[in-house]
Amino acid sequence: MSLLRKQHSVLPGFGLSLGFTLAYLGLIVLVPLSAAFLKTAGMSWADFVAAVASPRVMAAYRLSFFASLAAASVNAFFGLIVAWVLVRYAFPGKRIVDALVDLPFALPTAVAGIALTAIYAKNGWVGQWLEPHGVKIAFTEIGVFVALTFIGLPFVVRTLQPVLEELQPEIEEAAASLGANRWQTISRVLLPELFPALLTGFALSFARALGEYGSVVFISGNMPMRTEIVPLLIITKLEQYDYRGATAIAVVMLTASFGLLLLINLIQKWSRRHHRV
Amino acid sequence: MAVVVTSTFVKPRLMAEAPLRATQDPRWVRWLLTGTALVFLAFFLLLPLVAVFGEALRRGLGAYFAAVGDADALASVKLTLIAALISVPANVVFGVAAAWCIAKYSFRGKSLLITLIDLPFAVSPVISGLIYVLVFGAQGWLGPWLIEHDVKIIFAVPGIVLATTFVTFPFVARELIPLMQAQGSEEEYAAITLGANGWQAFWRVTLPNIKWGLLYGVILCNARAMGEFGAVSVVSGHIRGETNTMPLHVEILYNEYNFVGAFAVASLLALLALVTLVLKSIVEWRHAQAHAA
Amino acid sequence: MNPRAYCTKFWANTASRYSQCARLIFTQVKKLFSFSFALLAFFFSTFSSAKTIELLNVSYDPTREFYADLNPAFAAHWKAKTGDTLIVKQSHGGSGKQARGVIDGLQADVVTLALAADIDALHEHAQLIPRDWQKRLPYNASPYTSTIVFLVRKGNPKAIKDWGDLVKPGVLVITPNPKTSGGARWNYLAAWAYARRHKGSEADAQKFVGSLYKNVPVLDSGARGSTTTFAQRGIGDVLLAWENEAHLARKEFHAEGYEIIVPSLSILAEPPVCVVDKNVKKKATQAVAQAYLEYLFSNEAQHIAVRHFFRPSSPAIALKYAQHFPQLELVSIDAEFGGWTQAQKTHFADGGVFDQIYAR
Repeated sequence: MSLLRKQHSVLPGFGLSLGFTLAYLGLIVLVPLSAAFLKTAGMSWADFVAAVASPRVMAAYRLSFFASLAAASVNAFFGLIVAWVLVRYAFPGKRIVDALVDLPFALPTAVAGIALTAIYAKNGWVGQWLEPHGVKIAFTEIGVFVALTFIGLPFVVRTLQPVLEELQPEIEEAAASLGANRWQTISRVLLPELFPALLTGFALSFARALGEYGSVVFISGNMPMRTEIVPLLIITKLEQYDYRGATAIAVVMLTASFGLLLLINLIQKWSRRHHRV
Repeated sequence: MAVVVTSTFVKPRLMAEAPLRATQDPRWVRWLLTGTALVFLAFFLLLPLVAVFGEALRRGLGAYFAAVGDADALASVKLTLIAALISVPANVVFGVAAAWCIAKYSFRGKSLLITLIDLPFAVSPVISGLIYVLVFGAQGWLGPWLIEHDVKIIFAVPGIVLATTFVTFPFVARELIPLMQAQGSEEEYAAITLGANGWQAFWRVTLPNIKWGLLYGVILCNARAMGEFGAVSVVSGHIRGETNTMPLHVEILYNEYNFVGAFAVASLLALLALVTLVLKSIVEWRHAQAHAA
Repeated sequence: MNPRAYCTKFWANTASRYSQCARLIFTQVKKLFSFSFALLAFFFSTFSSAKTIELLNVSYDPTREFYADLNPAFAAHWKAKTGDTLIVKQSHGGSGKQARGVIDGLQADVVTLALAADIDALHEHAQLIPRDWQKRLPYNASPYTSTIVFLVRKGNPKAIKDWGDLVKPGVLVITPNPKTSGGARWNYLAAWAYARRHKGSEADAQKFVGSLYKNVPVLDSGARGSTTTFAQRGIGDVLLAWENEAHLARKEFHAEGYEIIVPSLSILAEPPVCVVDKNVKKKATQAVAQAYLEYLFSNEAQHIAVRHFFRPSSPAIALKYAQHFPQLELVSIDAEFGGWTQAQKTHFADGGVFDQIYAR
């Protein structure tokens, strides 16, 4: 460990890069975000609780949390497969598929919402086949899940892809030459190597889903207590010129996602150390 | 074959074309995984894309090009490109600096710093616009001073650029950090030992090593910068032909029941994302050429 | 393998190859930069070269087509009168959101919003206008009025005639969310006014409106979103809409043959207009902004309003087009609900009657 630290001092540029990082982070993110916190700080405790813990808001937290969790889990699983296939296998049209992955970012969220609604509504391409069997997607919780899965997918794939591409085949060859079968190589050697990136992708896709607004309002139906997401409640507060109430909900969401991201980053740090040693 | 083996070290991409036995999966596994991936993507990505183009072309190519060539649509394209051209390079510089200090050094509070960098992902787009209103708005911290000096931030181009920068803030950094951590610093040490200074080590060793990650970061950052809707919507003011970006213009067209126009502009955004992917392929190809020579 | 030895070899082998690729990337980046600056310069030059007068009209959603027609007419009028070239820029969006924009510094010369409450907010939250702004122009500063009607599917298969039919089981009603849409608040209040007239007490009215919203499968965030849900997605039997929006939807989706049903009673919607004093003073556009709003009350503008299915405020013009606008009992928000501020507080604020309808 001490050897490592000594080696670290060999590389110059720590002060410059950290200084720039902190300054830019402060200017673009922290100062504006602190405005939300300060706005909320002007509220009394009772007002704050009333704003962030009413039954309607609680129902929205539940929906946002579970739909985001489900979407991020599905993305982590299928995203890993997609990234693996894109990096390791050759098949016709691979470049096009690779390009498709960025689509959720490039399409404005509202367009994604409209397109998904057009597909899954009862007269839509897919909806018209599902609705007769009693499966409703648009204007239900499942619709929210579908929209959140759509917007979160690139996070997992694009976080895994460069790491997969940099994986040195020597590791796999070494494992194979030491007698490991393919499955052992993957589960014991490759997956641990990919785990930090996978976790990052999961966390980012989850965090992004929590805050998503544009695509969800079109497909969720916005029914109070049932399919209202948290960002929609922020908008309804703003409609009443209630900036404080709006930022209060935002602060709760922010704190929750911050805690979650921090937890995941700590797990990752721990796993990396664990894995290295 | 031997050439390929060493070359895979620098360019694992070639692996796909000439896989090694130890890294090769049985045929059925390949088929199964590829099939699963394709079916999943078909449902979650291809279908929406087809829907967008289908709607855009519903009234034929004439209507499509009329919608795309409209003066307001072109103004929105211009504004979107400006916002992306400022915010993406800014975030690239930041992302590289942040990844460098996080991956190459150990210091206290590193996890906290990474989490703070992640934070803009978790902020609802509604809020990321609102916070700039709270700072620069007429009722905000700097608002009165800005109005007095006639400086326009929100409801003008700078506000749109700021909101875009905020929303795309973590992309490049987030792409590079796990990559640079996985790579370690041994090659840079080697370079330094061989007499390179810090900048040389960075330009000649680090940058080539992280170029795929950087490229993915730029592509994502760019796609998201162009497609951002919520945050920009709060700070734009929606002045037709002046402060409407492409996503906002899509909303306007949609609200005018001009569905063909709305999806046509949306398809342009999808095409812009594809263009960045084509650029990526060209870089890859040029690299492979230079490599083969 | 000894990593140090390997890296040394690796570094020596690959540096030259990579520097070539890096150079390629960075020439591209350099080109991008110079291109972006050229674009920026072009962008700002288009601003500074404009020497004509500009007005910014911040409006709500359903007036797009109306102002697109009206602005050139006024520009011609203004040119004939003063010789100046005038460009009216438009900004459209949800009424409340637009008001917030102006409060937060959007430099609107005039606001033309859906409800008086949103213009009141400009006084309350930012003192941009005096309290008595609504008295400065005729007819409560509303150049046109509208009301809430029903749009039903071809042949009116569910036989919907009046508000009472909307609470029948099996009738699906499409209306936006009153918490996020100004138009939806008019819908809600119209239903409430009908219920109070026919059922009597406030409690009965609440029950009626409650059972109406039980029949609502989707609450879109805005009025035009609801129209799309009804017309494009084919959801619901009846759409509650502004009269002008219902006509526009019929026109836009003429193939589907939607029909407009006028209920026995509805609400008088008065979308008001106002000059934003503080902004026009700074921009020195006072005279033209005032003239613009006054022009809205001229015969010419009133005719344009009629063309877009708004009910003209001028009695003479209204009489002339009486056959275009079916007669029905219209209640006003001031008489029935004690004004917008009161209605907002009772019905739509957090914990208000609308929230109680959905509370479990």
